[in-house]
Amino acid sequence: MSLSLRAVTYRYAGSNRAVLEALDLIVEPGEVVGVVGANEAGKSSLCLVAAGLAPGTIGGRLDGEVLTDGVSSTAARPYELAQRCGILFQNPTTQLSGTTATVWEEVAFGPRNLGLELDLIVERVGWALSLLGIESLPARDPARLSGGQAQLVALASVLALRPPYLVLDEPTSQLDPHGTRLAGEALARLAAATQVGILLVEHKTDLLEVLADRVVVLAAGRLVREGGAAEVLSDERLEGWGVDPPSRVRLDRAARQAGVALPGGVP
Amino acid sequence: MSLTGGVPEFVLPPPTGPYRRLNPTTKLLIAVAEALIAFGVRGWTGPLLVLAVVAASGLRARVGRSLLPFLLATIPLVASILLVNTFLYPGATDRIVVIGPLAPTWTGLAFAVQATLRVVAFAMSAAILGLTTAPDELVADLERRGMGRRTAFVLGATVRSVPRVIERVREITEAQRARGLDTEGRIWHRVRGLVPLAGPLIFGALTDVEEQTMALEARGFSAPTRRAVIRVLPDTPTQRGLRFALAAGTALLLVASLAGQLGFLP
Repeated sequence: MSLSLRAVTYRYAGSNRAVLEALDLIVEPGEVVGVVGANEAGKSSLCLVAAGLAPGTIGGRLDGEVLTDGVSSTAARPYELAQRCGILFQNPTTQLSGTTATVWEEVAFGPRNLGLELDLIVERVGWALSLLGIESLPARDPARLSGGQAQLVALASVLALRPPYLVLDEPTSQLDPHGTRLAGEALARLAAATQVGILLVEHKTDLLEVLADRVVVLAAGRLVREGGAAEVLSDERLEGWGVDPPSRVRLDRAARQAGVALPGGVP
Repeated sequence: MSLTGGVPEFVLPPPTGPYRRLNPTTKLLIAVAEALIAFGVRGWTGPLLVLAVVAASGLRARVGRSLLPFLLATIPLVASILLVNTFLYPGATDRIVVIGPLAPTWTGLAFAVQATLRVVAFAMSAAILGLTTAPDELVADLERRGMGRRTAFVLGATVRSVPRVIERVREITEAQRARGLDTEGRIWHRVRGLVPLAGPLIFGALTDVEEQTMALEARGFSAPTRRAVIRVLPDTPTQRGLRFALAAGTALLLVASLAGQLGFLP
């Protein structure tokens, strides 16, 4: 039982250049795996491939295998994949359906698409809203939410499909500090309260340090480093791969250079 | 949160007022019938009949004052209809007055006034539908009646995208203005200011569409199932009867008018 990518190489439609090359990655249930890397390292492509949208929806050529609990992404239809692996994009506004008058209906949009009975829809919407701590929003118009609130509604909408795995593509990149804090708290709650396996692409390494169990580093479509979050995020080579270390690590390094020892510093 | 059959009450707002309380599909059908009669029934009867019904509906729905902006919006079209037909009606010889090369005719004026009444009747009918019906309720009701999810989505998304596009235009305009673009003043300046708007607006919309498509797939939009109905809007046997009578009556009127059987009407 896992979301596993085996020897995955992916090329977008009309391109010969591989954006992901010979990539192996496993996300276990209940585990949060962080992904970092410079721009153009292939992080968003990894998200699309892991969720089955590439090549399923957007085309392209996939070599290797993406398995969600043993089911290949190329063998399942998009709506079946949606129930196995949810995906959240960067821009909260484009993820909302744009057809609903209330947040409650927006979160119910996915379960309705699956043809679930009304009582099950009601139960799932309530569950997703309370899991993310946004029980105060259901009567609001989705078009009039702040960025952070909209991103949480989008996440609740994906969660309402009850996928065992989630792929989050820089969910806080377009959020202000308040929105980032809201999203971070919600993700921490999600990771703690469920057995959902999460693949989290995130530039903000401070957030990853708190949330991720493991972190992998992507560079030019290849996986160049993998390990425990604390270990990878304090790797001296991180900046060379175009990734800013967390502020704790930078502070500790600055203190060491100045000859000051901080309690609990990076070894 | 108070629940009605499991669905929160705010998803199912109670009806607010006499005409508004009608089922959205009934109101849609009334508007369609009014438009067809206004334009399809020859002579004065069609537009005058529709205007009378529209006035009564507007009073019943208490939207009389809100209709004024819609009425004003028809002025450019109405003015051009009046001018063109009064002065240039082909073949008319019954001149009202001769002013140099211009010779307005009674025939042209009568045709122009009739056409004006048709346009105004249609505009008011559409305005009453818009003022008394929430778009998402109309879409929900049509979906409940069997309209496909894709059609429902396109309809709902189109209606709800209007404020988003307006907001985006405002953002881009402000951004361009902050960089020195002149978007105010003379008409030529305004037209020239539209050119740099088009690029970001179109490319932004295309990018959004790609991401929205993926987001929809990620929410099971293509599943081959029938969606559960959340909003069941009130409908009554009387309204069902009214809709049937309206459809049948409109069809009869149009056929009779086309066949020249309504010659006794003014």
